[in-house]
Amino acid sequence: MAGNGDGVTLLGYWASPYALRVKWALKIKEVQYEYMEEHLPDKSPMLLQYNPVHKKIPVLVHKGKPLAESLVIIEYIDEVWKHNPLLPQDPYHRAKARFWAKFADEKCVPAMFRAFSKVGEEQAQAAEELRENLKTLESALEGKQYFGGETIGFLDIAVGWIGCWARMNEEVAGVNMIDAEMIPLLSVWFQKFLELPIIKECLPPQDKLLEHTKEFHKMLMMATLT
Amino acid sequence: MAGSEVKVLGTWASPFALRVHIALGIKSVKYEWVEENLEAKSQLLLESNPINKQVPVLIHHHKPICESLAILQYIDEAWPSAPSILPSDPHHRAVARFWAAYIDHKLFTWLKGVASAEGAEGKKVALDQVREGLVVVEAAFWKCSKGRDFFSGAGIGYLDIVLGCFLGWLYVAEKRNDVKLLDEEKMPGLAAWAIKFCQHGAVKDVMPDKDELLDYANMVFQAMPKLNGQCPS
Repeated sequence: MAGNGDGVTLLGYWASPYALRVKWALKIKEVQYEYMEEHLPDKSPMLLQYNPVHKKIPVLVHKGKPLAESLVIIEYIDEVWKHNPLLPQDPYHRAKARFWAKFADEKCVPAMFRAFSKVGEEQAQAAEELRENLKTLESALEGKQYFGGETIGFLDIAVGWIGCWARMNEEVAGVNMIDAEMIPLLSVWFQKFLELPIIKECLPPQDKLLEHTKEFHKMLMMATLT
Repeated sequence: MAGSEVKVLGTWASPFALRVHIALGIKSVKYEWVEENLEAKSQLLLESNPINKQVPVLIHHHKPICESLAILQYIDEAWPSAPSILPSDPHHRAVARFWAAYIDHKLFTWLKGVASAEGAEGKKVALDQVREGLVVVEAAFWKCSKGRDFFSGAGIGYLDIVLGCFLGWLYVAEKRNDVKLLDEEKMPGLAAWAIKFCQHGAVKDVMPDKDELLDYANMVFQAMPKLNGQCPS
């Protein structure tokens, strides 16, 4: 059974960006873990037992104790395994990193989902909102290579997945999300971040993700027609 | 001037600003409170929080910190001497953060939903949802408190503050809809906790009077009946 002894188990789903960012954190910290794939939309008894409140992945089980919510899990990982720190040391910079992670999750991601799942005027407005919010997010880079400075940190892994998913969503939904002219620095950062070996090797197979995205989009479009 | 190196931009009715009041009180930090008028936001607020233009903002050594949960953690880290706001054990910290996310993303959203729900049926559904959320948090309370007075144990901490700031607005929803939400029978743990929380030294002098909050809510909702939740974050 998962989580026996001191072991670390991650319950995830291959196409989930939230499970992905936990994988990134575990990778950076060089933590050995057992990965268990949930075959969504079916949910295993283990998932329902470990996350009865939300019934969602990712769930991290460490020493038999489960934790849910990806950013909560990432902060936990950062606190338990102290080398290669993810969050900055200084309280002010930690607060800023947490602020921006929340901004991305609450302002950029829903706009991206609406731009992907809507059509017509609603889609256009959502895409514009996303582009503007990404422009705002770009300001948090403050001329650094990565949000974490010289090396990647908490905010990089919290938001980096958006670069991968947005490109896929653009292709499938036929709407511009990453405007390289509008966000030149963020565009470069997305590219650099996603090319880092430690990041790239955790990404889901891109052709499989594209197919999955196309199917999901088809399903959403059919739902809007009914 | 004493306390001028710490400023809080807030409004008296904001539960999120109340969190900051309480946290600074726990740490015995002196601060200057700046009451904002959200209809005419100050230059300081617009400069300190240009992204969201919302309260609360904590300004420490002229540096602004925004988002109440980030502010609570900042206060705990910038003033590390006891008493602590977050637990010391990483697992307990993660559990506290998990429930804080639940309270803000689910429970508070449902509470706002009561204000914007239309019709008797709509209101009933919204109120039932809040009650269900409170039942979930009741279970969390027993697990976290382990029979002691507060989520954090003997003294108040992160989760107590995160949930406790909404007690006034829960009362408002109860009175405006003539219902009981924090039900002593269904949620005995939370009901007892709420009384102790409101009496706590770091809370009782800064918590807005709940009947004043009710008068304020009645005035606001009368003026704008379709207002979709007006608590700034």
